[in-house]
Amino acid sequence: MKRVVTNLVGSVIEAWQELRIHKTRVMLSLIGVAVAVCAITTVVGLGAVAQQATVESSERSGGRAASLFLSASMNDGSTPPGMPEIWRTALDRYQIDYASRVVHTSQTVQFSDGAVPVQTVGVDAPYGTMHRITVEEGAWFTDNDQARLAPAVLVNSIFYDRLGRPDLDTHPTTTLIGDRTTTAVVTGVYPALSWETEPAMYMLADALTAITPVVSDPNLQQFGPPSYELWVPVDVSEQLVIALQRDVQGALGREASVSVNRQDYAAFQDSDPFLSLKLTVGAIAGLVLLLGALGLVNIALVTLKQRIREIGIRRSFGATASRVFFAVMMESVVATVVAGIVGVIAAVLIVKSPFVEDFISQGQVTDFPPFPVEAAVLGLVCATAVGALAGLIPALVAVRVKVIDAIRY
Amino acid sequence: MTLLHLEGVTRTVQLIDAPPLTILSGVDLTVNVGDRVSIVGRSGSGKTTLLNLLGLLDNPTSGIMLFEDQPVQELSSGARDRLRGREVGFIFQQFNLLQGRTALENVMTPLLYAEGRQFWQRSRIASEMLERVGLGDRLGSLPDRLSGGEQQRVAIARSLVRGPRLILADEPTGALDLETGETVMDLIDQVATESGAALVTITHDPAIAARATTHLRLDHGVLQVSGTVLA
Repeated sequence: MKRVVTNLVGSVIEAWQELRIHKTRVMLSLIGVAVAVCAITTVVGLGAVAQQATVESSERSGGRAASLFLSASMNDGSTPPGMPEIWRTALDRYQIDYASRVVHTSQTVQFSDGAVPVQTVGVDAPYGTMHRITVEEGAWFTDNDQARLAPAVLVNSIFYDRLGRPDLDTHPTTTLIGDRTTTAVVTGVYPALSWETEPAMYMLADALTAITPVVSDPNLQQFGPPSYELWVPVDVSEQLVIALQRDVQGALGREASVSVNRQDYAAFQDSDPFLSLKLTVGAIAGLVLLLGALGLVNIALVTLKQRIREIGIRRSFGATASRVFFAVMMESVVATVVAGIVGVIAAVLIVKSPFVEDFISQGQVTDFPPFPVEAAVLGLVCATAVGALAGLIPALVAVRVKVIDAIRY
Repeated sequence: MTLLHLEGVTRTVQLIDAPPLTILSGVDLTVNVGDRVSIVGRSGSGKTTLLNLLGLLDNPTSGIMLFEDQPVQELSSGARDRLRGREVGFIFQQFNLLQGRTALENVMTPLLYAEGRQFWQRSRIASEMLERVGLGDRLGSLPDRLSGGEQQRVAIARSLVRGPRLILADEPTGALDLETGETVMDLIDQVATESGAALVTITHDPAIAARATTHLRLDHGVLQVSGTVLA
């Protein structure tokens, strides 16, 4: 036991002396490894942000996992009678908190330069959370908005620009033209998607149907009866699909056509939906690390000749082959672990910098993931592994040194 | 007391596409505690190979070799390394100080492979050893700031710091001028006498060889004494 302790302490002392004396070489090794570890950790960390951006983008369009879509219509195409009551009963029965009706329509809006049809989506308040709607100004709908006498509207930035970007604290209004002209209050602004060029807006479904009755004649409508969305736990989604189908079909009878299915991004993936992204990121990171490792091995081999004499001297003083092997390995591992720590810290600073986060997320991320622990661990493990592998070759050469030949080298 | 005993020791090496080359042939040698042995020989006579064997750096091909009555061939590699570290001190022609390390760090180096008190008190022990060789005021000096004589004194302190019972000196004055060489040999003799260690010196210099009490000559792998074949 005493021998093990003295061997361990002695090896660390030797490694430290070696690092201290060969500062330049060590620094070169450290820089190479630190950059490689920083790169691999940064790539993995940025990959997590990019993955989150992809997830959130998918969730904005198709809802979060698991989002169920319920549509119901009579066989003649008309809106099923009593559907609102059936919907509320289903939500109560299965205690579903995140659910929304979704009505797509076109609502004419009076702007200063004329009346313009505006794509309008009628939703319930939970829709904002279900689809990760972010607002630039103001706030998403709340239950209190249901009680407004003048309906609340959330407009996209194009709509807002067209209004002249009034201060929302002044409760700006807009005029909705229809059978009855309605004055609505702009309560929030959400960013337009990059491909959007026209004004668009959200309204609460009840307010929208109040001013624009849902058209039930399929031959006339440009939008149909409301569809229904539910955000439910993934593990019970399959049972809920069956249960909702059964309940709603049972309530509406055979004359109705009821469809319940899952349409979020995760529903169409049998395997990990980000496997290809992860593989790509992993391949790039591996390549970067390989380059770092090659640099380290290169420096280790170049300097090995300088060390043969020293190794021979140490052997003559009683250093065992295993001790020499361990010391040379230790030297490499200690250096790369230090480099790994430096690289990981640099990677965290890079990934979590606001500039980089904004650049990678492209405005698509609201919930920035914390720096992935697995990326930091991966960086340190890679640094240690690279150190061990890079130290292996010189260590193996070191134990094969013929002592007297090395001393006379 | 017999420290080292070689009997009929042969060392041959296998060559590719050639018959085995015999480097040492039937070497008989006994070194007792406190002996002073000098070995002279021309280049290629097998001095280095013999040094390897005496220093437990190599094994004989045949014959008997005992170190403190232990058959060396039966020791494991690690045990042989530890025995060497504990009982054998090397003094080299080119000093072989570790560059970038101070005189103190150089002398402490062998103690890194020791255990117990020698390991944990290595700094104090090394300082005392440097004091003994007259370099108590140069503990922090790097090798390139020391003269040749001083460097060899550091090397002597390093070889003796673990209190070896056998000192192997390979051309210890080969890189020094005559006067400094004499001084260094006086020091080696003095320290070896104080510690009771046996001293085996390999040299070309007849004056250095003359200091020994046993004079041997190595010629074509055969060890002779005073012109007479020993075995």
